[in-house]
Amino acid sequence: MAVKDYIRERFFPHMWCAGCGHGIVLNGLIRAVEKLGIDKSAIVMVSGIGCSSRIAGYLDFHTLHTLHGRALAFATGVKLSKPELNVIVPMGDGDALAIGGNHFIHAARRNINITAIVMNNRIYGMTGGQCSPLSGYGTLASTAPYTNVDQSFDVVQLASAAGATFVARSTGFHVQQMTEIIQEAILHNGFSVVEVMSQCPTYFGRRNRQGDAVDMLKYMQKITTPIGSKAKEQNPELIERGVFVRKELPEYCSAYDTVIRRAKEGK
Amino acid sequence: MSNNIRFVQGNEACVEGALYAGLEFFAGYPITPSTEIAEQLSSRLPKIGGKFIQMEDEIASMCAIIGASLTGRKVMTATSGPGFSLKQEALGYAIMAEIPCVIVNVQRGGPSTGIPTHVHQGDVNQARWGTHGDHAIVALTASNHQDVFAMTVEAFNIAETYRTPVVLLFDEVVGHMRERLVLPEPGEIPIVERLRTSVKPGVNYHPYLPREDGRLPMSDFGGVHRYNVTGLYHDMWGFPSDEPKIINELLHHLMDKIEHRTNQLARFKEFYTEDAECLLISYGSSARSAREVVEKHRQRGERFGLLELLTLWPFPSDLIRQKAAGARLVVVVEMNMGQMCQSVRLAVDRPERVFLSNRVDGVFISPSDIEKTLHLIQGKGV
Ligand SMILES: Cc1ncc(C[n+]2csc(CCOP(=O)(O)OP(=O)(O)O)c2C)c(N)n1
Ligand code: SF4
Repeated sequence: MAVKDYIRERFFPHMWCAGCGHGIVLNGLIRAVEKLGIDKSAIVMVSGIGCSSRIAGYLDFHTLHTLHGRALAFATGVKLSKPELNVIVPMGDGDALAIGGNHFIHAARRNINITAIVMNNRIYGMTGGQCSPLSGYGTLASTAPYTNVDQSFDVVQLASAAGATFVARSTGFHVQQMTEIIQEAILHNGFSVVEVMSQCPTYFGRRNRQGDAVDMLKYMQKITTPIGSKAKEQNPELIERGVFVRKELPEYCSAYDTVIRRAKEGK
Repeated sequence: MSNNIRFVQGNEACVEGALYAGLEFFAGYPITPSTEIAEQLSSRLPKIGGKFIQMEDEIASMCAIIGASLTGRKVMTATSGPGFSLKQEALGYAIMAEIPCVIVNVQRGGPSTGIPTHVHQGDVNQARWGTHGDHAIVALTASNHQDVFAMTVEAFNIAETYRTPVVLLFDEVVGHMRERLVLPEPGEIPIVERLRTSVKPGVNYHPYLPREDGRLPMSDFGGVHRYNVTGLYHDMWGFPSDEPKIINELLHHLMDKIEHRTNQLARFKEFYTEDAECLLISYGSSARSAREVVEKHRQRGERFGLLELLTLWPFPSDLIRQKAAGARLVVVVEMNMGQMCQSVRLAVDRPERVFLSNRVDGVFISPSDIEKTLHLIQGKGV
């Protein structure tokens, strides 16, 4: 199918700024689904609130645009109720890890078969450029005018520690890798987390003098490196890209089937 | 003795009612005095192939049932005051997106952590106005286990009929007290099943385009129709819109579908109201004591009557005005600072005749508490 067959053209033009990284994620996601050949009616996309979360409405799946931070909780209801559906949850960094942090770690702990995509632009785009738990020490934001003194989370470490059984990172610059990783994440039977470093030229870029969208994408290329590369040894500051965790643990919905069996047998 | 007779807690009667109504999915978080509902459903639901999940908090529980409802299941969550506060944002989402679901609040004393193991009825107005923005809501209650069962079934039926969340506002006394429950036979109480669209695959389905009778047929997530659901103001496709006309029409639709059916949704019981000079109005466990007072005075030949409300919201103003019309005295019996009393005063023709008999110290209001209020009122020469 062509990319446009996955899109609800009726709802375009989209609301994102020119140069926003979220459109690249949209594209990567469509390509991943297309390569996997999954029926559109077998996909439920659940999102929260934020620029990133608007991705759901533009796609021709069953789409559930929910509350800020709560997408994974809604998604858990969808998935446990109908485990045969593929549930994909795109989230902003604030959505996933500030207001939604508790749901994030618990969904990971349960290892429920949901694909979480954290579109990390290190800022609250929708509300106009306030700092997020991913902004990082020393950055500027509209609520951190004298530089941010909050330390940031590392999405990969947090997801791994919370129990996610597939954890990966890519960027908007590395579209090919991003698409492949999203494909693998969708196929993975368990809770998978894909962090995609995305750019918000309008707020993060401008405040932190990172230039326009192209400059920001080039910067992502510069500051990242494949997992275990030589470059990382020489420059520990570099951020690694690739699949960090790939393991098998009982998946929640399958485990619940065992509960049903035991209950029916009266044990 | 028939198999259908049980001696149970009110919380169990609620569980039985929910299963009778076709509950298939429950998400919750433990909190006194509602916990037995979650505990029992964790055992009962998997036996029938249903799903139970203990979520990380009440917010998540409310969100999870909404997600599950969209896949076509009948869903419920149960909580008490602090948890009910946490659910408010997602409750508003269910109102806006028109998702059938049932929320049980077994009330305890508030505000805040309050008094977990004691009775209060202080969440009446929160049930009405807890979530932000203009909206309508349905809230039902009961004073005995047979009615807890029946109102629970009713809650599911109303939720499905009008695509709306329904709040079951029980209280600690009803929730924990044990009494007889006769389980109705299957079919004895009608069950409303979800209205699903008849629109064929390949033909445009509009999730938010009401039929002529005002109802909105649904399509399960995972089915042939793919559509968007959002908490933003939206058009008939479910797509966000900021068009003034669409906003105006949607808000009116959400209010009218409930408020215009106030009389139809009014469930109540009445005892000797026809000629009552002194009309007691009560609900939930308080109505048990009010009933006793009324019976005693009737035995003495005094014209006392009781109107017991089972529907609290939408507020049955017409019903109350009518029943109170001939009364010299109206006494609202409740365990809060007068939340329903305030609404009753607004509904009746002579608000100066409406008095409050309450108790708010966590102790169950007794018939003698009500008698004391009656003495005081009579001392005023009313
Ligand atoms: C309960 C609640 N609190 C706050 C908001 C306001 N709000 C909307 S989006 C957002 C943050 C968006 O940032 P992020 O999740 O990182 O996504 P982005 O817009 O950057 O893609 C906030 C704070 C809200 N909608 N709901
Ligand atoms: S504000 Fe930032 S995140 Fe939002 S659309 Fe614009 S560029 Fe994208």
